[in-house]
Amino acid sequence: MSPISRGFHGRRRESPAETGRVPPGQYVTTDFPVLSAGPTPHTELTGWTFTIRQAGDTIKSWTWEDMRALPAEEVTADIHCVTKWSKLDTRWQAVSIDTLLAQVEHDAPYALAFSDGGYTTNLPVADITGGQAWLAFGYDGAPLQPEHGGPARLLVPHLYFWKSAKWVRGLELLAADEPGFWERYGYHNYGDPWREQRYAGD
Amino acid sequence: MAGTAVRGRLTWQVATVGSVSDETASVRTLELDVPGWAGHQAGQHLDVRLTADDGYVAERSYSIASAPDEPVMITVERLADGEVSPYLTEEVRPGDDFEIRGPIGGYFVWPWQDPDSPLLLLAGGSGVVPFRSILRHRAKIGSTVPARLLYSARSLPDVIYHAELATPRDDVEVIYTLTRQQPAGWTGHSGRVTDALLGEVAWPPGQHPIAYVCGPTAFVESVAAGLVGLGYPPDRVKTERYGGVGGP
Repeated sequence: MSPISRGFHGRRRESPAETGRVPPGQYVTTDFPVLSAGPTPHTELTGWTFTIRQAGDTIKSWTWEDMRALPAEEVTADIHCVTKWSKLDTRWQAVSIDTLLAQVEHDAPYALAFSDGGYTTNLPVADITGGQAWLAFGYDGAPLQPEHGGPARLLVPHLYFWKSAKWVRGLELLAADEPGFWERYGYHNYGDPWREQRYAGD
Repeated sequence: MAGTAVRGRLTWQVATVGSVSDETASVRTLELDVPGWAGHQAGQHLDVRLTADDGYVAERSYSIASAPDEPVMITVERLADGEVSPYLTEEVRPGDDFEIRGPIGGYFVWPWQDPDSPLLLLAGGSGVVPFRSILRHRAKIGSTVPARLLYSARSLPDVIYHAELATPRDDVEVIYTLTRQQPAGWTGHSGRVTDALLGEVAWPPGQHPIAYVCGPTAFVESVAAGLVGLGYPPDRVKTERYGGVGGP
């Protein structure tokens, strides 16, 4: 039982529009805060690729033009950052990960997303398929800005937002789960905001 | 790179407010009594959870302002539209309880790998908070690694830890730049951190320095990019946005 914080009343109780949409411990912001562990990489589109690897081998790779030629979707999603902010009804332009994985033959249960700058994050393949995850290249109708992960980032809105790897350059398909960057620094391996899985052991 | 040892589950612990001290007109440091605190590394943060009498809860993250062997302290800046920060900076009194859990974050910590690397700390506003922990720790362990702090604040009265940073208790160089208002006769730097100022202050990349950048997003983006432009390898530039917002 949590002690009452004397004199604390709070003033951000959910509005009717937010009811049921804000996970425990989160608050709604209209800003778009930026969080990353290091400098923002600036990747030229000419050298950009998105690569699916397995057992060290490249099994499929798309250039920027290849990727942009794929069917794109307009995705509206609520996003939840482990540092406590949630942002509702964010609008993205994106290619479904289903569309990408449909072009490769695999039965791997896990994936490790890898990014420019060395960032990685791990996800079960079951969480990035079935219309749950995208490769996002646009935000609110404009190209995705570098500080928000552009030219392209993962978008996996049902997990804490660190799983939506910025500056993503591909997926390594794995037979066994392998923790990514923040997962090795004490953050939760799976990261379900509705179960408040912020840190290891939550 | 290897992660630090992952501890067991982080549980909520009751923290009792000990002393409170005002750092500026809108910034306050709280010393917390946390029985059973597991200890922390310099640069880590913690989560605070406040509970209203109707059960409503609000959580926020704050950088730890004290060295690893000191009582847990947090330094909180009151945000105009804040919910938790006005409570922590205006309402809370010694003897009050709230919950915390931590420490959190194993990346924005010092020492890091090569402990002899010259240390470059770049703070924007309340982004200086984790650097107090780092600098106190550096002094306490008797580290002699060269250390510089470049601190960008709106004005002199907005400088947090001013007295402590002004004390020549060790060999840390503190360089200020005041962005909005400078006192009469100010001989320090003025305006935002430019690449030229960064070039003046930053250890040459050849000395294999390690840089920590903490502050508002625009500050961090510009300073981190400036360091990379000077030749700092990106993996020697650790960033954190705002003193109170850590991790991913």
